[in-house]
Amino acid sequence: MARTFKPQIVSANDLAIGDVVYMNSGGGWTRKLAEAAIAHTPEEGETLMGRAAPQQAKVVGPYLADVALDDDGRPFPTHFREKFRTRGPSTRPDLGKQSANPERREPLAASGGI
Amino acid sequence: MYRYDEFDHDYVRARVSEFRDQTRRRIDGALTEDEYKPLRLMNGLYLQLHAYMLRVAIPYGTLNSRQMRTLAMIAERWDEGYGHFTTRQNIQYNWTKLTDVGDILDALADVEMHAIQTSGNTIRNVTADHFAGAAADEIEDPRPTAELIRQWSTAHPEFAFLPRKFKIAVTGSPNDRAVTKAHDIGLRMVLSDAGAPGYEVIVGGGLGRTPMIGKVIRDFLPKADLLPYLEAILRVYNLHGRRDNKYKARIKILVHETGIDDMRAQVEAEFERQMREEGGPLVAPDPEHVARIAAYFTPPAFAALPDRSEGLESAMAHDAALKTWVENNTSEHRAPGHAIVTVAIKGTGEAPGDATTAQMRVLADMGEKYSHDELRISHEQNVILPHVRKDDLPAVFSALRKAGLATANAGLITDIIACPGLDYCALATARSIPVAQDLSRRFAAPDRAKAIGNFTIKISGCINACGHHHVGHVGILGLEKSGIENYQITLGGDHTETMAVGERAGPGISAEEVGPAIERLVDAYLDRREGENERFIDTYRRVGADPFKEALYAA
Amino acid sequence: MPLITDTGFAPDDSPALIDMEALPDAGEGAALDLPLDADIAAIVPHFNRLALIVVPFPSFADGRGFSIARRLRALGYRGRLRAAGHVITDQYPFARFCGFDEVQISDILAERQPENLWLDAQGRAVPPFLKRKARGWT
Ligand code: HEM
Ligand code: SF4
Repeated sequence: MARTFKPQIVSANDLAIGDVVYMNSGGGWTRKLAEAAIAHTPEEGETLMGRAAPQQAKVVGPYLADVALDDDGRPFPTHFREKFRTRGPSTRPDLGKQSANPERREPLAASGGI
Repeated sequence: MYRYDEFDHDYVRARVSEFRDQTRRRIDGALTEDEYKPLRLMNGLYLQLHAYMLRVAIPYGTLNSRQMRTLAMIAERWDEGYGHFTTRQNIQYNWTKLTDVGDILDALADVEMHAIQTSGNTIRNVTADHFAGAAADEIEDPRPTAELIRQWSTAHPEFAFLPRKFKIAVTGSPNDRAVTKAHDIGLRMVLSDAGAPGYEVIVGGGLGRTPMIGKVIRDFLPKADLLPYLEAILRVYNLHGRRDNKYKARIKILVHETGIDDMRAQVEAEFERQMREEGGPLVAPDPEHVARIAAYFTPPAFAALPDRSEGLESAMAHDAALKTWVENNTSEHRAPGHAIVTVAIKGTGEAPGDATTAQMRVLADMGEKYSHDELRISHEQNVILPHVRKDDLPAVFSALRKAGLATANAGLITDIIACPGLDYCALATARSIPVAQDLSRRFAAPDRAKAIGNFTIKISGCINACGHHHVGHVGILGLEKSGIENYQITLGGDHTETMAVGERAGPGISAEEVGPAIERLVDAYLDRREGENERFIDTYRRVGADPFKEALYAA
Repeated sequence: MPLITDTGFAPDDSPALIDMEALPDAGEGAALDLPLDADIAAIVPHFNRLALIVVPFPSFADGRGFSIARRLRALGYRGRLRAAGHVITDQYPFARFCGFDEVQISDILAERQPENLWLDAQGRAVPPFLKRKARGWT
């Protein structure tokens, strides 16, 4: 049975602080899943991964992750592991992306350089 | 305690600047991530789900108050105000920035600490009995041996790129508190027939996806032969350990596939070859050096005290909480009038092993004031004050209580080991901390926990078994099933000298079911035990698994 | 493919390599390409005719070559010993300690890790146990 293609995004960790980042439509990186570029076909997925490959000096371990789309076409995670990555530890709601002030940790990839 | 000599100091500093340089080369592109990763891992730096994690070694679990204060300072200054004590006597910081690591390592070097070889396919931080030098049942303090191994294994040029990680543990007591049979090499101090101290050498133990109990490769190894013998084992492993499949790369698989007898023959041949080498084995240390190491571990001068402390007895008579805590969280010390205190880092509803900056500072104060400036980290993720006068126990209890560190549950059902699981770990298939928190709340009532008695629950968030679930009386393994977290229960494991690997009870259950299932299991045990002193594991061995499986799945 | 020694990059001056099968007939000054799974004891009788042994490093993470070098030296091999393949600068001091005289890497790797990085690597942290050993552990 051929797998029906699910929308995908490219995710990775920021080289400098390790924070979860997503590739945006400009080929750069954002820490918000809502701003991620969405691949609707396997070819689009490969194109995104192709853009990630030369960015070793910004991010670590880029990979394609499945997402689902809400009514406005914004991506949200389907797997619970990816849900945790959009938030932070479930046991420490004060830490990670879910915290009141996630921006105090400035990622390298989203800011442009060390 | 061991103090660095000039070589240690020079080396640790050189490693910090080397790491800074490697990181610079990673950012510049001279090193790819594939090449940099093993180098950062050799310095204890992992990339986790949400951030980098730095694992700092606490060699053989021993540290002083100054070092504990530095650990607190690092948590405060460069992390999020807490650290996680692990089953391998390390501390992990969960929110490290790559660009801060050099500074953190320098701060550690200031107090003779480092993160070297806490990860990667190297010889890892060597662990030892956390009661070393204090336990009443000890043949010899295992720490001089552990320190010698630390010196030999640090940056060993031949063994920095092994097929897989390599863990060594040492115990000096017949009661094995160092889980030696679940290590790549376990060393147990024994006496020869003539009364000379040496080691029983155990090889090929390990947990992970194929748990194996270590096998004896040498009944008695004279102390002086230790390093050449370890070197022989490591060389055979480095040459013949499997490199085609990372799940089969540990020495336990080599021992299993080769057979212990054949393995022994190869190791002995390699050992003999070294003994014949020109000028003797390269790594045989000078006895003077060994004696110098041992001198650092001379026990402190314990005051001559009567074994019974009147002050403590009368305080306990007035304070039931103190009494419960003393009964549960102190162990017999070799010096009369002294006790070993286990500080449980297992508050009700807390993450096992997590200590805040403030708690670490209180622990440092307690160590300095009441325990000859010594602290230990146990593989149960607790902190030990090894040398406390019984007269001082009420004061220690009261200070710990203020800091939320006086939970009286050492060895009880709420003294749970749990790995970081999916809340932090990139390899996890399910969470483990919330399961531990739930169980610790369910069994929080001190009387009930006490009535249940010695009972170990160990939780891992994936098959890698960092939470030792295979050797818990009850083991809980978090897996994924059809996109949700699912927990497999094992029964009958044992981490001590009578080590046993737990048996799978049946199909996995959902996160919400774990708590009620364990409660039913405990009730089934209380119904069946013969007398209050029969521990769960004893009842289990007597009556078998069936009644407990039934209780688990009764819902 | 540059050869690296303590003085930096050097051109490859080695004779043609022979394999294990040709070893019994090898003449004086032969250079042997040693497979990682070779029985080292079997080549001991040929040591005095070998001028060079080349130990492969299929990946920098495969550390078997280090143990092979130590074993060759322990068994009395005194000729040239080379680590060839994927070796990174950080491993240079390890290779030297284990008994290698030189390292050979691909041109592509040499581009990414040029001579100055290899020269820098020599000054790297010497394990304290070696230094203590040099001083007789005192
Ligand atoms: C959070 C990041 C961690 C990662 C990525 C990690 C990774 C692993 C892996 C892959 C294994 C399996 C090794 C094998 O079987 O070959 C393992 C085993 C183990 N880890 Fe961890 N671990 C982590 C944290 C911890 C923590 C926090 C502890 C202590 C609480 C720990 C202690 C152990 C122990 C005791 C074992 C099993 C014993 C053995 O067979 O080596 N690890 N770990
Ligand atoms: S057992 Fe699995 S989830 Fe837990 S720390 Fe180890 S690798 Fe991570």
